[in-house]
Amino acid sequence: MSAVGMENAGRTQGYLTAHRAGLIGCSSCGRVQRPGPARCVRCGGPLAGRDPGSLQRVWAWLLAGMVVYIPANVYPMLLTSTLGRTTENTIVGGVIELFDHGSWGVALIVFVASVVIPIGKFIAIAYLALSVRSAVVIRGHGRQRLYEVVEFIGRWSMIDVFVVAILAALVQLQFVATINPGIAAVSFALSVAFTMLSAQSFDPKSIWDAYEADDT
Amino acid sequence: MAEALPAADGTDGGGELAGLVACPTCDVLHRLSEVPPGATARCRRCGTVLLAPRDSALTRIVMLAGTALVLMVAAVFFPFLELQVAGLSRRSSLFDAVMAFSSGLMLPLSFAVAALIILLPLFRFAALIYALGPMAIGWRPAPRAETAFRLAELTKPWAMAEIFIVGVAVALVKVAGLAKVTLGPAFWALVALVIVTVLKDNFMCRLSVWKTLEERRAT
Repeated sequence: MSAVGMENAGRTQGYLTAHRAGLIGCSSCGRVQRPGPARCVRCGGPLAGRDPGSLQRVWAWLLAGMVVYIPANVYPMLLTSTLGRTTENTIVGGVIELFDHGSWGVALIVFVASVVIPIGKFIAIAYLALSVRSAVVIRGHGRQRLYEVVEFIGRWSMIDVFVVAILAALVQLQFVATINPGIAAVSFALSVAFTMLSAQSFDPKSIWDAYEADDT
Repeated sequence: MAEALPAADGTDGGGELAGLVACPTCDVLHRLSEVPPGATARCRRCGTVLLAPRDSALTRIVMLAGTALVLMVAAVFFPFLELQVAGLSRRSSLFDAVMAFSSGLMLPLSFAVAALIILLPLFRFAALIYALGPMAIGWRPAPRAETAFRLAELTKPWAMAEIFIVGVAVALVKVAGLAKVTLGPAFWALVALVIVTVLKDNFMCRLSVWKTLEERRAT
């Protein structure tokens, strides 16, 4: 049930990290090794003690994701033509239409996946990146949890892109009804991908390093 | 603190250091005693699961990945959904959903959707079978099994079959007022695939797999 820790683990915090011990712990397989080789001896993944470029990549992907999220909301996501009449739907427009039809549950799913999660993710990643190296803002556990939630939930924003793909594939009935994807689908998919990359670039070890900053 | 560690002589130290685990999330060092199957070892500081070995996990993972592979093939080739309205009907497969963006500017999105819902899941199942299959029947790991397993773990967030299923459900509600939709065998194959994937991930303990790979490679 429990991991047996190092007996003489820590002076101040009680936790000895691989970094402080002058070693490197692999982020993908947990193997502990001496610094030097660029790749892990066990899994062959890249080894970096503390990657100084990590935060830069987080910000770069995050900004890219925010930029493409704007056209994703301005341009139409779906082009529906029924009996010669064409309507264009943006993301929010689609949610409102579902809501008007009385499909509240589905409207809520789409709204959460395409509006609440992306915007919440922008805020959460920016907050994590800003609060790195401060042990005061929220305790490490809170930020750790926030990071896990962001990593887990980010991919679910893709729902709307898939909905568009299925509708466009399915509803192709010449004059009666056709649905075609709008350009917003592309920018929305890019926005989701960029913020996923942003979250993956974030090194959760930097959350915990703050606790040792005064000690090195 | 380096003096607290074994084999601090600057040489290899592989055997000694192999007994340690650094939490992949927060880097705290642990010396893990044998973790019995069914138990879970968590990081002392951040609570990340370090080891959660399960009985005959390797065999189960390989079996489930094989099942998922077959289901995916079925999902791609059988009809997925059928739409009927005013005497017209249209049957579409998973492949049609992928090709929905294939006109003009949006072609790259077609490739992306194909990768997310078909190619990456297929690749992950194949890589897992390749990396773990030989070990599950007691052979030595296949050449470059480490690379295969690492890539399978790396692509995990990008395999989105389960998200696609939720997308299908939403799409069905959207067209429900417009036309009658029939679910094809491919839809159920994909649902089964999602369930199998969840089961497989439950047995998957990344660090135990890495430890086993390293031990079997050495012998």
